[in-house]
Amino acid sequence: MPEIEMTVNGKPMSGTVEGRTLLSDFLRDMLGLTGTHIGCDTAQCGACTVHLDGRQVKSCNVFAMDAAGAEVTTIEGMANADGSLGAIQAAFQTHHGLQCGFCTPGMVMAAAGLLKENPAPTEAEIRAHLEGNICRCTGYHNIVKAIQAAAAELGAKPIAAE
Amino acid sequence: MYAFDFVKPSTLDEALSALAEDEAQAISGGQTLIPTLKQRLAMPSKLVSLTGIAELKGVKTEGNTLTIAGATTHAVVAKEAAEAYPALASLAGRIGDPSVRALGTIGGSLANNDPSACYPAAALASGATIVTNTREIPADDYFQGLFTTALDEGEIVTGVKFPIPEKAHYQKFIQPASRFPLTAVFVAKYSSGVRVAVTGASEDGVFRWSEGEEALGANFSPDAVSGLSVDPDGMMADMHGTAEYRAHLVKVLTARAVAAANG
Repeated sequence: MPEIEMTVNGKPMSGTVEGRTLLSDFLRDMLGLTGTHIGCDTAQCGACTVHLDGRQVKSCNVFAMDAAGAEVTTIEGMANADGSLGAIQAAFQTHHGLQCGFCTPGMVMAAAGLLKENPAPTEAEIRAHLEGNICRCTGYHNIVKAIQAAAAELGAKPIAAE
Repeated sequence: MYAFDFVKPSTLDEALSALAEDEAQAISGGQTLIPTLKQRLAMPSKLVSLTGIAELKGVKTEGNTLTIAGATTHAVVAKEAAEAYPALASLAGRIGDPSVRALGTIGGSLANNDPSACYPAAALASGATIVTNTREIPADDYFQGLFTTALDEGEIVTGVKFPIPEKAHYQKFIQPASRFPLTAVFVAKYSSGVRVAVTGASEDGVFRWSEGEEALGANFSPDAVSGLSVDPDGMMADMHGTAEYRAHLVKVLTARAVAAANG
């Protein structure tokens, strides 16, 4: 079986995969990065959202071998260097942007994807951006608030967290 | 998923020789193909990724023609076609969700020809030319029914040439769970006439509403179609909408597209 390498959260990683191995399974089962959640496995819910070469993608809808050589960022890469919560993560905590927490890794990665493209989004732009991320607990209001707060926090700093 | 080999060539020639093997299948963004494989609806022996081929990516404008390479993602089209062909960029920026747009490609969408996909409407309404590794196919000949195109086995879409219209707009009435169009209409006005293409409605996939085109050719205003009716015969019917409902939407969305195109 082929061996692949990729950079995950800034560190070189490798593992043996099959052609059909999904990026989500590679991250969770081979690398032990279980922060990336598999909700639906049909590319609808967005719980498995990661960044692939800077683009927000659903890792259950990408083959690991297609991501060989790429730079991948997962929820584990969103904390600050000292292990404290990154700005987006902290905003989700402060604004109660989660209840059960299952969708949260995907929500945080989607929020990071949005803020990279659009550092000061409107509420409507935030809601539109979350179209592919489903939360069954919160009704989205506090998630939107958290992302607005994170945008304000990151906008006030010269360098974004990611 | 059934097991298969996966290769990611860096040139078109390598990809074509890999695709010459029995049961080999091209994969671009994979946003439709991967869910299909998960349901075991396809059993390729080998997947040939087109995402590592530089010559299959990019958007360029030459004179009055916008050319998009086959493996260009929806996100890139949404950005890079915005100036030359805003209606097309707007369509690309509304496909699926941001994660789907980051990977899904125009060539993949056109090769799949889902009866509810967005891009077929733009290609047909624009009278685009589908460029493959062997030939150029006019959109009017390319779309041949449900998930069926003029493509031969092993032939891949390397690019699409869009004549840039004077005015155009894409009106999409979304099915909120799938985010595919329940029905959508792309209207494009050229000096040679008006073209109206409908997706999401017909059991035969994307089609041109010729009666609407004729009326709009004479008078490019929403009123021009108000007296017309669309035959529900052959329209899709499901829990989200009857055939009559979809037929009605064709007219309503065409009028809205014309109003929006006129600004």
